[in-house]
Amino acid sequence: MDGAAILAALTARFGSGVVETHDHRGDHTAVVTREALPGVLAWCRDEPSLGFAMLTDLTAVDYLKYPGHADGPRFEVVYHLYSLAHNHRLRLKVKVDEDDPVVPTAVDLWPIANWFEREVWDMFGVRFAGHPDLRRLLMYEEFVGHPLRKDYPIDRRQPLIGPTT
Amino acid sequence: MAETTRREFMLGEGSGTGSGSQNLHVGVGPAHPAMHGIIRIVTELDGEAIVRADVEIGYLHRAFEKDCEAGGYNNAIPYTDRLNYVSPLINNFGYCAVVEKLLGIDVTERCKYIRVIMAEISRICDHLTCIGASAMELGAFTVFLYMIKAREFLWELVEDVTGARLTISYGRVGGVKADLPDGFASSVAKAFKQTREVLDEVHRLLTGNRIFMDRMVGVGVLSREETIAYAITGPLLRAVGMPYDVRRAQPYDVYDRLEFQIPTQTDGDNYARYLVRMAEMEQSMRIVEQALALIPGGPINVDFEGRPIDPASYVDLGKQGKTEGLLLVPITLSPNLQGSERPAHARVNAHDKRVVLPPKETTYGSIEGLMNHFMLIMEGYGIRPPQGEAYVAVEGANGELGFYVVSDGTDRPYRVRCRPPCLPPMAALHRMIEGEMVADLIPTFGSVNMIGGELDR
Repeated sequence: MDGAAILAALTARFGSGVVETHDHRGDHTAVVTREALPGVLAWCRDEPSLGFAMLTDLTAVDYLKYPGHADGPRFEVVYHLYSLAHNHRLRLKVKVDEDDPVVPTAVDLWPIANWFEREVWDMFGVRFAGHPDLRRLLMYEEFVGHPLRKDYPIDRRQPLIGPTT
Repeated sequence: MAETTRREFMLGEGSGTGSGSQNLHVGVGPAHPAMHGIIRIVTELDGEAIVRADVEIGYLHRAFEKDCEAGGYNNAIPYTDRLNYVSPLINNFGYCAVVEKLLGIDVTERCKYIRVIMAEISRICDHLTCIGASAMELGAFTVFLYMIKAREFLWELVEDVTGARLTISYGRVGGVKADLPDGFASSVAKAFKQTREVLDEVHRLLTGNRIFMDRMVGVGVLSREETIAYAITGPLLRAVGMPYDVRRAQPYDVYDRLEFQIPTQTDGDNYARYLVRMAEMEQSMRIVEQALALIPGGPINVDFEGRPIDPASYVDLGKQGKTEGLLLVPITLSPNLQGSERPAHARVNAHDKRVVLPPKETTYGSIEGLMNHFMLIMEGYGIRPPQGEAYVAVEGANGELGFYVVSDGTDRPYRVRCRPPCLPPMAALHRMIEGEMVADLIPTFGSVNMIGGELDR
């Protein structure tokens, strides 16, 4: 199935759950609502004609300083899916507000989401509801803040924390 | 270990009886000779068997993604060298490819071939290091020395082309830093002959070796279903019988014109991964040899006919207003590492003034060249892709290396995400070692080929 057909099938299946779709430089993208996200992810994995067996990547973007994004939701959590059976890709995005930065977890669908979601929590402070073990992945536990947020200054220093007993 | 647990264990107090029935927590790393960098694996042992394992990463976190946002698009290229520092060329080209995709430009044919050749040489270096180090940890020190010797032959090739050995910064958005040197094909042939001899020796040393097989066969197994669910790519996925390779599935550069096989195994254990890597090195050498035979010349000296003149008379003529045709005459400047010379530049870099730095002759020889250079170097100008986002995957030595870049239309990337190929197998490492002996942790960890630079970014 080519990218446009995948987007059409998604829109047909989930209706208003799919907020918008676009195709920039050949990357087909669907923005879905947070409520629809678990269903969309499960359907993408289990529907035989899509067969997205792999969650290639899961990350987030902080749109705080992006031109034209002043009023919109601050974060986007981005899922990159790949199908081994059909050799196609899809990008799914879900927008999250700063006041309520919670997204349903994908750990029960793909175990790799465990680490990816821990990294997003670590770097952006977006929580994943239902995650079994939402610890920081790269930074240490005592670290204050979320470094990939756009309002975290690149030159901020934090004291080194020694081993705790 | 908490104090109470320690007392219970040492003195036999509390719930246990001191008869050794309690599980022992042992931390492996972060500073451990077999940890290939710094990483911590907290294991819970029942005797010598690993009951549970928790992998802690992040000791080498250097804020790669944050740093990329702080500079121009070209400023990120040296950072990408330091992702997978064993095969930095692949990272360079992957990052350049995603920026080129955002810009919607294509590089020249010759540049594509050069990227393929250099990426495959890098891949061989990576596999040599991985197998050599794993074998050394199992006591086969000879193999390590042989393989590092072979890697040295290949690093000399890399040095000839890029001017550096490790932090090469050879990729450029829209091209590469410099053309291949004279006589490159013959030095490749020589280096490959020596590499093949080494691989042959290693095959004879390891591939039927009783000790090696006892440690590798049936150890560190991960089922095909779990490998896919953990999004593991590269040699580990091919070792469970899935012939997925980005070079074949979604060809980039010129991989669709070259003949190569994708070696697979079915057992999914450490030995299968070893065999896949050994076979891949031969395929990479095949690719390089084909690419060197097919590489097109491109325009050289065609546009620049005429007698060379020295810069002084060039200036004098210019003062007299006789500038017509002057730009067509090559002027001699000392070659440097910052810019390429015009004939070579035209062959390997895209013809896009928004992206590619003009060669030094043009920068210093004409006002347009100087302005173009200025526009690409000045803060606030530089490479400015239109707003949008792009994801590009290339086949790194460890699997799918992805870059996801978001552009806000300025000269700085708004967000750079690197999808490190060794993160998924590290996330699944506990599944490979739980239930096995603590000594099996070492070969399994070696076969994952964790590279701290790209894992922790």
